[in-house]
Amino acid sequence: MMDDEKPDNLDAIYPVGEKHPDRVRTRNGRSLRDLTLDNLLAGHVATSDFGITADGLRLQAAIAERAGRPNLAQNLRRGAELVEIPDNVLLDVYEMLRPGRVQSADNLRAAANQLRDTYGAKETASLLEEAALVYERRGIFQRRF
Amino acid sequence: MGNSQNKWARYDLWDERHLSLDRFAVEDPENGFCAAASPRDPKPSLVIEHGRIIEMDGVPASEFDIIDEFVARHYFDLTIAETAMAIDSREFAQMLVDVDVPRERLVKLSAGMTPAKLAEVLGHLSTLELAFANSKLRCRRQPSNQAHVTNAKDDPVQMAADAATAALYGFDEIETTVRVARNGRTNAIACAVGAAVVRDGVLIQCSLEEAEELRIALAGFTSYTETLSVYGTEASFLDGDDTPWSKAFLTAVYAARGLKARCTSGSSAELLMGFHEGKSMLYLEARCVCLQRAMGVQGTQNGGIDGAPLTSSVPRGGWELLAENVLAALLDLECASGNDTRHSESEIRVGAKIMPYLMAGTDFICSGFGSIAKYDNSFNASLFNAEEMEDFLALQREFQVEGGLQHVSEDQLLAARARAIEAISAVLETLTSGRLTEAQKKSVLYAHGSDETASFMPGEVAGMNEALIERNITFVDVVQVLAARGFTTEATRLLSMARQRVTGDYLQTAAIIRDGRVVSAVNDPNRYRGPGTGYVMTDERRQAINRMRREVSKHDVLVGERITGQQDSRHWRIKSKGEAGPGDDPREVVIGISPGFGVCLHKTTGGVPLYKVLAALLEGIRERGGHPRVVRVRHTADTSFLGLTAARLAGSGVGIGIQGKGTTVIHRHDQAPHMNLELFSQAPLIGEADYRVIGGNAARYALGESPDPVTIPYRGQALGARFHVQTALLYAIETSMIEAGQNPEVLEVKFYDGR
Repeated sequence: MMDDEKPDNLDAIYPVGEKHPDRVRTRNGRSLRDLTLDNLLAGHVATSDFGITADGLRLQAAIAERAGRPNLAQNLRRGAELVEIPDNVLLDVYEMLRPGRVQSADNLRAAANQLRDTYGAKETASLLEEAALVYERRGIFQRRF
Repeated sequence: MGNSQNKWARYDLWDERHLSLDRFAVEDPENGFCAAASPRDPKPSLVIEHGRIIEMDGVPASEFDIIDEFVARHYFDLTIAETAMAIDSREFAQMLVDVDVPRERLVKLSAGMTPAKLAEVLGHLSTLELAFANSKLRCRRQPSNQAHVTNAKDDPVQMAADAATAALYGFDEIETTVRVARNGRTNAIACAVGAAVVRDGVLIQCSLEEAEELRIALAGFTSYTETLSVYGTEASFLDGDDTPWSKAFLTAVYAARGLKARCTSGSSAELLMGFHEGKSMLYLEARCVCLQRAMGVQGTQNGGIDGAPLTSSVPRGGWELLAENVLAALLDLECASGNDTRHSESEIRVGAKIMPYLMAGTDFICSGFGSIAKYDNSFNASLFNAEEMEDFLALQREFQVEGGLQHVSEDQLLAARARAIEAISAVLETLTSGRLTEAQKKSVLYAHGSDETASFMPGEVAGMNEALIERNITFVDVVQVLAARGFTTEATRLLSMARQRVTGDYLQTAAIIRDGRVVSAVNDPNRYRGPGTGYVMTDERRQAINRMRREVSKHDVLVGERITGQQDSRHWRIKSKGEAGPGDDPREVVIGISPGFGVCLHKTTGGVPLYKVLAALLEGIRERGGHPRVVRVRHTADTSFLGLTAARLAGSGVGIGIQGKGTTVIHRHDQAPHMNLELFSQAPLIGEADYRVIGGNAARYALGESPDPVTIPYRGQALGARFHVQTALLYAIETSMIEAGQNPEVLEVKFYDGR
């Protein structure tokens, strides 16, 4: 993250879309200014241009941190890690985290490794590893159906 | 009728009231029926060793359940925990209501307090203090409100019209859900398109199973979610088929997809699920909100929610619901403060429930105001519903409080509904096979609810959704259709909402979008520090809140009277015959009419035309052997003095005084002004026949008889509420016509219809 992404003056940077639209580009690398009705009707921009970006989330995390909300910032940083991960992967991981879905901590640790190694999702991987520990101690791996 | 066990008749009456349908639970902490401070609630404690928490609220780390564990690992700011825990709970409660202690400091300290400590702190506040603390602690300066928009048929056309209606009334968020699980897409599209007819920036949620909800959000139709339920005991959490880690992960997933998210919790959930551990509702909720902050979600929907009726059944239940919301605000979470379930059949309890929230303001007053007919609400009836929306507006107006809503004129409303119906029809026609006739569309335009509509049925809607899924339709397709069919404004607004997602500005705490601008706790923080600070309504907003249907002005009354006067002029004529002198006929009864009677006032507040009133009085007097004379009193409009003036002119010494609004007195010349013979002050209840009997009684007094006083039946109507606006305006018109020092005039009264 660049230094100027640690915003000292929230008024100057937030809302980003209003104060600094140039700071964020779409997932296909377009400027916010390109997201017009004309461009959309002409097929120059696509649905994928309208998704949140990892950069956008990291900037919002920095803003949340600066606004005194470390937990929210942490969540947005986890979110940034997950932007590029396909839905089905995310839904599979979610399913594994639900009670009794997997029968051992190893499954969760393997999923954590996959998130870290394949997608660089370090913070989220730690969350899974922490869950593995706690689930073990509390018997959450017990089959429920 | 009535309960055979009742001896006192009033119990029978009470048994007929709506309140009698409510049930009240005996306080029973052992079985979970306890609002706060259960004997089983732990004493606050926090032991930290080498930067690790080894005990929290009396539980050693080795025995932490999943909630303790997540809270211990992620909630605390360990740099201030010792300081915070050392503050006396009553002293901290004092700080919550002290305007000189800034919110930031309280929020910071709260991050060092355990759930038991927080519950103990709030236990020191009264309901009034809770409301005050809420006004200081809520995240966003500008209060807002959220609407439920659903219908019993999942009909997208009605839904679009109702979403436009909700947007017009001022809701910043619309939450919808389905009757049939497959119908999520049409619901979401209908709400988005309907809201876009009115303005740019209404956030939409379609509450569904997680994966389906995510898919619809990814297609760009929705922008927030609040279905992340958390619970205060491990057993209920697991029963809810989640853990704090699965929910924290899901929260991050929602962020990764650009969705604003808030958790749902609320007292009595654990009680309803059977896993309350004998703990109090407030303590369990304190665990929930601590967990939510630990997870890093920006906000919560709490305050009972589905459990609110159960919480409300225990002593201190209403207090507890409010305390939950204050707790969320203290923890710096956006709070959609419940008020989304009908907790009582009693309208009095409903109105009372909302007041502390309206007075304090919350981020969202209702986490789902039922903006549609009660029976159309797929979440069940809310605390307030379409049926009671004007009551809500009246409360805003009366107490000058911000509930996020405003009056809408019928013209505005119908124009928006009509356009929403056309816009969604265009979308459905193009993207599915759904097609409506003009008559079907019209049935939606004027409908209060789905009982009155002849548009789509659930089966047809399911077919449309299958088409949308099969063709993988996203908001881009909808924008294209709207633009192609001439709905450029709506297309642009949908696009603008989608563009917001790229930067994620609305992922910050307590974000709403007003006029295309994100307004959140970051750029609109609540900094209430006493009178004149925090949220203050602008004059423009005040005027918007002050508007109601059925507002009455002097102009309205005068116009109404003029029309009646013109219509009635063919029935009678009054002509002055000069100054009135005292009469000497012992049978004479004088009727003293007020300055405006028949001049600019033409009917009573009871709706009786004045020519009929006068005719009835005259007939009554004559029937009983009296000789009437009519005079116009000019120097006063007061009933007593009208009557006394008339009595002193009458040969018999008995007179009738009557105002243009219909208030009447029978008076005698030798009485003190306010010691009359009979007074009829409830003008709205006096009918034509009553005036006849009043005239008759006056004649009988004149002839020395002692008639039974005339009784006007009264059944407890709120006459002041119904009539005082008009009464005060009519009387002001009368008093403006007073000519001080002018003597009464004799009148010649002629009726043209045989009287």
